Amino acid sequence: MPRSRDLVRFTRAERWVHTATAALMGICIVTALILYVGPIAVAVGRRATVEQIHVIAGLALPVPLILGYLSRSVREDVRRLSRFIPGDSAWLRSRNRRTAGLPVDKFNAGQKLNASFTTGAILVMWLTGIVMRFANSFSVTWRTGATFVHDWLFYAILVVVIGHIYMASKDREARRGMRHGVVDEDWARREHPAWAETAPQA
Amino acid sequence: MKDGTPVGRRVVLGMLGLGALGVAFGSKAATTEANLLRPLQSGGGVLSQLIPGGSSWRYYSIVSSNPTPTVSDYQLKISGLAHKPMTFTYAQLAAMPQTTLVRDFQCVTGWRVPSVPWTGVLLRDLLDQVGVDSSATALHLTSLDGAYTESLTLEQAHRSDILVALTMYGKTVPVAHGGPVRLLVAPMYGYKSLKWLGGIDLVTHVEPGFWEQNGYDVDAWVGRSNGRTDAPIA
Repeated sequence: MPRSRDLVRFTRAERWVHTATAALMGICIVTALILYVGPIAVAVGRRATVEQIHVIAGLALPVPLILGYLSRSVREDVRRLSRFIPGDSAWLRSRNRRTAGLPVDKFNAGQKLNASFTTGAILVMWLTGIVMRFANSFSVTWRTGATFVHDWLFYAILVVVIGHIYMASKDREARRGMRHGVVDEDWARREHPAWAETAPQA
Repeated sequence: MKDGTPVGRRVVLGMLGLGALGVAFGSKAATTEANLLRPLQSGGGVLSQLIPGGSSWRYYSIVSSNPTPTVSDYQLKISGLAHKPMTFTYAQLAAMPQTTLVRDFQCVTGWRVPSVPWTGVLLRDLLDQVGVDSSATALHLTSLDGAYTESLTLEQAHRSDILVALTMYGKTVPVAHGGPVRLLVAPMYGYKSLKWLGGIDLVTHVEPGFWEQNGYDVDAWVGRSNGRTDAPIA
């Protein structure tokens, strides 16, 4: 029985943006945990260094996506991710999304929301992070407010990132798509049927 | 390319809007939150630490690994313009008359731990023991590893709310909190309360310590320094 064909899902540009953003996000999260969780802070020490790493990684966080905009395929994916098409709301409401027969395109509604939340989160963390880093240029009220937002949004990001990684852990072909850029056509017909119709073959 | 409703843009703009509201009102929200959480936070376990805006301890250190003295090997060295420069062990400090102080602990970065109970020797009692020479006008304090330094004027050192602290929350000051012996300068921001107190040098003038050399105020009165308006520590 011949293996079904491969479809091209992500070009090198998309994969680079994802890997670079994930790496920077990972550094931010790990350094944040070191800075905030008492027992870890005590064990690691080196507060000034950890803070420096956190700030540099944080400042760099939006850069891969901004650079990615130079790539047409990235721009196309951003366009897909930022728009809800007919079927997306139903997808969110349906209990069994796999067999709901909905015309899921390249990205399902959950993936779209993840992308826009993450974009918004990176923006807000970046801006509040700037206020915290250059605290002396801002009033105490702004500084405290920015810290408050930065701290609470971190928790929301943690939940979303853990959820994202969890979902990825359950889908080997999806991971293959991000690692190697190609996915099995049968997988695509199941997960993203509308996209599978017109996706380029590998 | 299919068109569709711009949910992405709405989510991002919505988050920016919420973020702006949060920055504008976060300070008020944090104060309310701290007041609500206060009864639940005594001694500060790890969990209460993880609630943002809550009032619990944070561990700050300028070194990779802090000193780890034990009660039995601990020594506090008093030197400089003293009549009888001497070294005190923990046991010797514990044998002196103890003073209890229950005060809020305020960090200059904003967090404040309410009503922390400390016991220890009043700094002025310690200075009386060694006798201060008339040429001395200030104290230069150092941590056990020499990395962290602080200063006090002699007049400040004679206040009734400055301790060489031996216990907090009824137990020997934990190493993570700068124990077994740390300085407690209750009316000033936390960076004055030098941890792992190793030496007190009586000197002729104030020498700005570590954080002062990095831009923080020498006289770090809570609510009246560092551009802050926190409630003073009574």
